[in-house]
Amino acid sequence: MAVWAVHTINGISFGMLLFLLAAGLSLIYGLMKILNLTHGSYYLLAGYIGLSVVRATGSFFLAILAATVAVALLGAAMERFFLRRFHLDELAQTLLTFGFLFMFADLALWIWGGNPQTLPKPAWLSGSVEVGDRVVPLYRFFLIAVGLAVGAFLWWFQEGTRVGAMLRAGVDDEETARALGINVSLLFTLVFALGAFLAALGGVLGGPLLGIYPGADFEVLLLAFVVVIVGGLGSLKGALIGGVLVGLLDNFGKAFFPELAMFTIFVPMAVILAVRPTGLFGRE
Amino acid sequence: MKLVAAAAVLAVLIALPFGLSEYYVSLATRMIILALFAMSLDLLLGYAGLASLGHAAFFGVSAYATALLVLRAEWNPWLSLVAGVALAALTGAVYGLLALRARGTYFLMITLALAQVLWGIAFGWRTMTGGDDGLPNVPRPDVVADTVRFYYFTVLIVGLGALVLFRIVRSPFGYALRGIRESETRMLALGYDAWLYKYLAFVLASAFAGLAGSLYAYYNKFVGIDYLHVVRSAEALLMVILGGAGTLVGPALGAALIVILENVISAYTQRWLLVLGAIYVVVTLLAPRGLVGLVLEKWPRSK
Repeated sequence: MAVWAVHTINGISFGMLLFLLAAGLSLIYGLMKILNLTHGSYYLLAGYIGLSVVRATGSFFLAILAATVAVALLGAAMERFFLRRFHLDELAQTLLTFGFLFMFADLALWIWGGNPQTLPKPAWLSGSVEVGDRVVPLYRFFLIAVGLAVGAFLWWFQEGTRVGAMLRAGVDDEETARALGINVSLLFTLVFALGAFLAALGGVLGGPLLGIYPGADFEVLLLAFVVVIVGGLGSLKGALIGGVLVGLLDNFGKAFFPELAMFTIFVPMAVILAVRPTGLFGRE
Repeated sequence: MKLVAAAAVLAVLIALPFGLSEYYVSLATRMIILALFAMSLDLLLGYAGLASLGHAAFFGVSAYATALLVLRAEWNPWLSLVAGVALAALTGAVYGLLALRARGTYFLMITLALAQVLWGIAFGWRTMTGGDDGLPNVPRPDVVADTVRFYYFTVLIVGLGALVLFRIVRSPFGYALRGIRESETRMLALGYDAWLYKYLAFVLASAFAGLAGSLYAYYNKFVGIDYLHVVRSAEALLMVILGGAGTLVGPALGAALIVILENVISAYTQRWLLVLGAIYVVVTLLAPRGLVGLVLEKWPRSK
């Protein structure tokens, strides 16, 4: 029993990281119809920036702050200066964001080297919790708490604030929203920054758990894709449920069928595609 | 005019090994194989209007199948090549069913994810595929074992493949694809089964990508997981866009250009990936219709 409980906790906590990534990917797609292939790079860059800040200052909190703000600004700049020119041109956006993926990956390799590194946990989170006859790191519970808090915040932001209402208006009908005087252009930049911020948060928080290494950008991007394919692009609920689902599948898959790890994620994805091409909660 | 150009290209290709060292002949072989790969994607992107980010799936499946049949089952190398292409077409037939349920961004994402399934198998199933060590020492067929012979063999096969592709895009089928790309609803109203046309294009493109993949396995005498990776898919996309989608000639030129750039730039710097990323950005910003598009803008066709 305890083994199952541990795998479940591990799966859900990993799922929360995936949720942070998928939520940003989904928000950006929902408003701008941009499939941002650079999203995994935000995660990786934030992890590395966080690592440098922790090494310099010893503060995990400062690491989160510096990395998320820097990467959010980077995202905003990409939207303002590049992606804006190719509104609704999905092929151009794909090539552009793929180009940035390469450039950021190579820059990170240049600056931080090729060896896998681990972000140290803050001291107050380095304990562990007994589950039956097993122990689970406290950090896992922390991740779940952060994920739920971010989910609650995003829900409140979308449903309860004025900017959220503008956002929903922009998603539903961009032209009418513009005609009503909503500054959709500014909204685009803000949402892109928010998406980058969420991926960056995932990068710093994921650092102690998964490590930071060349190629991580691509791995998480791909998993985030699977999450939004399963959950439905543009849906916050889909990102959360999809994230947890993929997190669990990944964990149980790796534990019970190590040679077929990819299968346990991709086969359910293919089944959902065959039944509901727009995902569980996606719009038609 | 076009015949003259084609004859000139063919003459250059035939004369090439006489003027170049073996290293460059080998480089030219790579260009030509990747040109076929790019042209196969152009059938999807440029003619059917389907932007796939998983085209490496078919390239890799065929390469792996050919290598495995030769190495493990000791099949005849020619038969293995044909079997590889057949398996690529079959994979395309299955993946097409799933991917063509979606369009636009979803199509991109789904083709990417489906290709990654195969990458995952190649990576995980070590006992069969060698995992990330790949499959070394894939022997070429005896008759075309040396560099120059393999070059001519590649020119022949890719030339025939290109000829078939040109026939396809100039056939009523090709024009129907263009119609679907421009306006699917109109083609449906005219009584075309748009889905079936796109499906056939998908399977055909998979088969040609597979042919390129099997040739590449023999060319490199090696098959590895990067054959299936999305980086390869994206590179093909870049070659098509760089050259000019919907022209077939353009993507072939795009492929040649990328291979040359990679070769030249890698000689000077370790940072090839950084430069390649910049090439993606610059091409998107400056030449969205590709080099052929640029030329046509400057000198519009007189006829």
